[in-house]
Amino acid sequence: MTLTEDPSTATPDAPAKEVGSARLRKEDARLITGKTTWTDNMVLPGMLYMSVLRSPIAHATISNLDVSAAKDRPNVVAVYTGQDFKDEQGSIPCAWPVTPDMVNPGHPSIAVDSVNHVGEAVAIVVARSRTAAVDAVEAIDVDYEPLPVVLDMEEAVKEGSALVHDHTESNTSYHFVFDAGEAGTGTDTDAAFDAAEVVVSRRFVQQRLIPAFMEPRSVVVGVTGDNYTLWSATQIPHILRVMAALTTGIPEHKLRVIAPDVGGGFGGKLQVNPEEILALLIARRLGKPIKWTETRSESLMTAHHGRDQVQFIDVAADREGNVKGLRVRLLADMGAYLRLITPGVPALGAFMFPGIYKFPAYRFECDGVFTNKVPTDAYRGAGRPEATFAIERIMDELAVELSMDPMELRRKNWINAEEFPFTTVAGLSYDSGDYEQATQAALELLGYDELRAEQARRRESGDPVQLGIGISTFTEMCGLAPSRVLGSLSFGAGGWEQASIRMLPTGKVEVVTGSTPHGQGHETAWSQIVADELGVPFDDVEVLHGDTAVSARGLDTYGSRSLVVGGTAVVKAAEKVVAKARKVAAHLLEASEDDLEFSGGRFSVKGTPGAGLAIQEIALAIFASHDYPEGIEPSIDAEAAFDPTNFSFPHGTHLCAMEVDTDTGFVKIRKYACVDDIGNIVNPIIVEGQMHGGLAQGISQALYEEAIYDADGNLTTGTFVDYLVPSAMDLPHFDTGNTTHAAPDNPLGAKGVGEAGCIASTPAVVNAALDAVRHLGVKDILMPMTPERVWRAIHQGGDGGARAAEGSNAYGGARTTESGIEEAAK
Amino acid sequence: MIPASFAYARPTTVDEALQAIAAGGEDVKILAGGQSLIPVMRLRLAAPETVVDITRVTELRGVREDGDSLVIGAMTTHHDVITDPLIAQYGKLIAEATETVADPAVRHRGTFGGALVHADPAGDLPAVALALDAEFVIAGLGGARRTVPATEFFVDYLTTALADGELLVEVRVPKLGSDWGVRYEKFNRVAQAWSIVAVAAAVRREGSRITEARIGLTNMGSTPIRARAVEAALVGADVSLETVTAAAAQAAEGTEPSSDLNAQADYRQHLARVLTRRAVTAAAGL
Repeated sequence: MTLTEDPSTATPDAPAKEVGSARLRKEDARLITGKTTWTDNMVLPGMLYMSVLRSPIAHATISNLDVSAAKDRPNVVAVYTGQDFKDEQGSIPCAWPVTPDMVNPGHPSIAVDSVNHVGEAVAIVVARSRTAAVDAVEAIDVDYEPLPVVLDMEEAVKEGSALVHDHTESNTSYHFVFDAGEAGTGTDTDAAFDAAEVVVSRRFVQQRLIPAFMEPRSVVVGVTGDNYTLWSATQIPHILRVMAALTTGIPEHKLRVIAPDVGGGFGGKLQVNPEEILALLIARRLGKPIKWTETRSESLMTAHHGRDQVQFIDVAADREGNVKGLRVRLLADMGAYLRLITPGVPALGAFMFPGIYKFPAYRFECDGVFTNKVPTDAYRGAGRPEATFAIERIMDELAVELSMDPMELRRKNWINAEEFPFTTVAGLSYDSGDYEQATQAALELLGYDELRAEQARRRESGDPVQLGIGISTFTEMCGLAPSRVLGSLSFGAGGWEQASIRMLPTGKVEVVTGSTPHGQGHETAWSQIVADELGVPFDDVEVLHGDTAVSARGLDTYGSRSLVVGGTAVVKAAEKVVAKARKVAAHLLEASEDDLEFSGGRFSVKGTPGAGLAIQEIALAIFASHDYPEGIEPSIDAEAAFDPTNFSFPHGTHLCAMEVDTDTGFVKIRKYACVDDIGNIVNPIIVEGQMHGGLAQGISQALYEEAIYDADGNLTTGTFVDYLVPSAMDLPHFDTGNTTHAAPDNPLGAKGVGEAGCIASTPAVVNAALDAVRHLGVKDILMPMTPERVWRAIHQGGDGGARAAEGSNAYGGARTTESGIEEAAK
Repeated sequence: MIPASFAYARPTTVDEALQAIAAGGEDVKILAGGQSLIPVMRLRLAAPETVVDITRVTELRGVREDGDSLVIGAMTTHHDVITDPLIAQYGKLIAEATETVADPAVRHRGTFGGALVHADPAGDLPAVALALDAEFVIAGLGGARRTVPATEFFVDYLTTALADGELLVEVRVPKLGSDWGVRYEKFNRVAQAWSIVAVAAAVRREGSRITEARIGLTNMGSTPIRARAVEAALVGADVSLETVTAAAAQAAEGTEPSSDLNAQADYRQHLARVLTRRAVTAAAGL
């Protein structure tokens, strides 16, 4: 797809219908050219800067902490330690107690007596410049008494393991179970396995990932009397306002949170960060504005990570390939503390492990495990990529076991188009779709048959470069979420969304949304929706967001929810505007409301050509309010909240053709084709962008990214030298397509696209590599599939094994050691 | 991250630069393109007392001929090296390796001399310079100049023969004519990353025989390394896949590569053999 306006529309300025047209994103010019105010650009009079001293030790008691030298450094205003805030800092909130007996050890924003992961805040310097603050941090003297370090989940859950938190009984935070038999959505799982002809069991590892958003986290707090304004590069200004008020004791109505333009998040900014709380506490104490912006090293080390699960999965089937049961046991690494939805991420996955298949029996268990690492939390897909990986990987393993074609096995077990809506063994009601149709389209896009023939030729000739094809037929749950369902899962909030529309006297329109974008293009998509609903020009719509004083109610952006839930709220608000305008129009046109037609932004009287009023004229008339119907308010503005009745379920078929150089282990994606059903599409360019970005991230989990800690709990991958993120150079052309089955549960018919590529692609890539070298005896390769791992798996057997924990020696091997970041001894 | 404070000098001539270095105190760092120094300072791995910025010393930029040699100014940027017509004609190995350095932004700022003086064994240019038997022309205070051969220039990890107070001014490499074939075979995981292993190969053929071979290895030890055993095995050999493969099998002899998260030592040695075979095969026109 090229970045041009859709030629099928009437004119570039005014397509016949905005929804569905390939509008260029109206926010991009300012974002790309920097003509906006990012949080770190904010400067307030008298502003102070904070810099954080972070623990270089993964687990220790703080035996001595001397900040006196730092206090004497030039331009230093104050130096604080955990002792200064221990009575007022409370705990970073965890909004998702997934079980009634979940152990939450509490999460101080700044360490008081002990540290539990490398990077934990130990002291804070507040100074008149950022430089002065950073310099003074180096003058702080800390003595640590090291404690045993807990890093490996499988060891951590054993009897007698050292503890991350000495006031807990074990390193297990919770044991979450979903049993379809007990829930009444399936049959008895043990019985299914006892009776099965074939059982395939695997252990998969979801490595730890770092969200690695482009804009580092940044916080500014302004103080006006006893009112506080918190600017933050956050995904969730609304949630942050509530949580920060509860945590700090600043009354909610005295706290305004603003997320200005935000440069990416991927779930990594779906958080209440310790630094946000600390900035508020310090601003309150000093009565001065304060700023904190993290460095990239701080970001990689201390912003929450994602994934990190060990998955034990068993599938039961008969010899003909009919699946009979599914059993999943997870160890999910919480890290040292529970942050906002840390425990909920793996639990959310519970509902997605059955994928698109008709399992009669299903049981899921998950242990949340504490380790001395930075906490995990939401990362693009959050629970669903992990589940999709496991089910799509083991379907291939089952196919191998049964000597069946992997697509044939899937076809035999997936939900057929005529079976929608379909209630799954996990209790979800899948809304719409056609897996066969998407699969056929994807096979054609890939050129499946030709590539299979080439694969056979290469195998036969013993070519050093082998070819494999990987399949991922996935679905996901999006549009988070029906509030009642969230309540049943003990989540601490609802899943509705809010929108309001303000009709300005000049006919321009302001749309206020509670869905706070951080790069997705809400301003463009919402403008398209409102342009169609109200019949106003696309360019006459301004979308306001991210400021709790402007957008008072909202639940922000995550879980592919914005369009599905927030976009629907916009539609509902627009319908109210039209309804209110209709009364005014009827009055002014001296016609009955029932005789009015609304089309193209104009109310006209049936059977009376020429008699009509544009909605802009009504906006002006109601602004003047000289003449409007009695008994109504002088406004056609409207507000709406929407609470979805169901999730939405995008699905798709992703196919990856992979070349594996057996001499070096280097893998190269030869072709990637995917056909996704995301319901109705508001803007194809935005969809394409989301798909490309998601694919890049999902492929990157398979091939490149991994947060590695050494045996002492230092983050080896502490810079982008060692935490590999691919660029366009490293990724193939993507052949993307869509089938369309409108979501039945929202008026837009949209299902959500923010996470699809990321969820679907990872197993397709791994399956492809294994398909290329399985005949050489390779059964599994750990992610990321580094060339070394692939080479070892081919030539030495096994899954490629653990990587060396030493960072590379570029830049002198920058990594965390005893004094923060220091040269590695080489 | 913010660097620690430092004094800053920005000379415009080599003489001024040498004086600024001499006056800079105990710990002076020379800023060429800054593509390694600035990150290291921002991470506070380096906190020099003085930074001498030589980006305005224009006499250090450019490529010229001098008899059988190419002379490359230390401050010639990677981008200028890649686009230089003399390099295109006589220095294809340098061009090929330089094209693999990082990304366009880095190549527009980073310099040929800076990359060599940084002496990162994972950097691409040291092995090329070593393979070509480059000569390093070094200026000292008072205008003294000395020339150091590549075999003596790379002393250890991030360490060269440059003494305190000295400045690399230019690098001389032999012109390779049309009877030479070259290849820089780089192996990394993503395009902008450092080499896990790379092989610089230059091979001169007369008919079916190899008459000269120069093989440099990137990131196979604390300095760039010549694969002397491979070179010896190639010279005089008839060009064939078998002879090249047999010679390349000796590529890892005497190497002591590091182990890190990208590759453990035995895998690096394996890669050295495979990549040497590929580099020589391509350079020899097979």
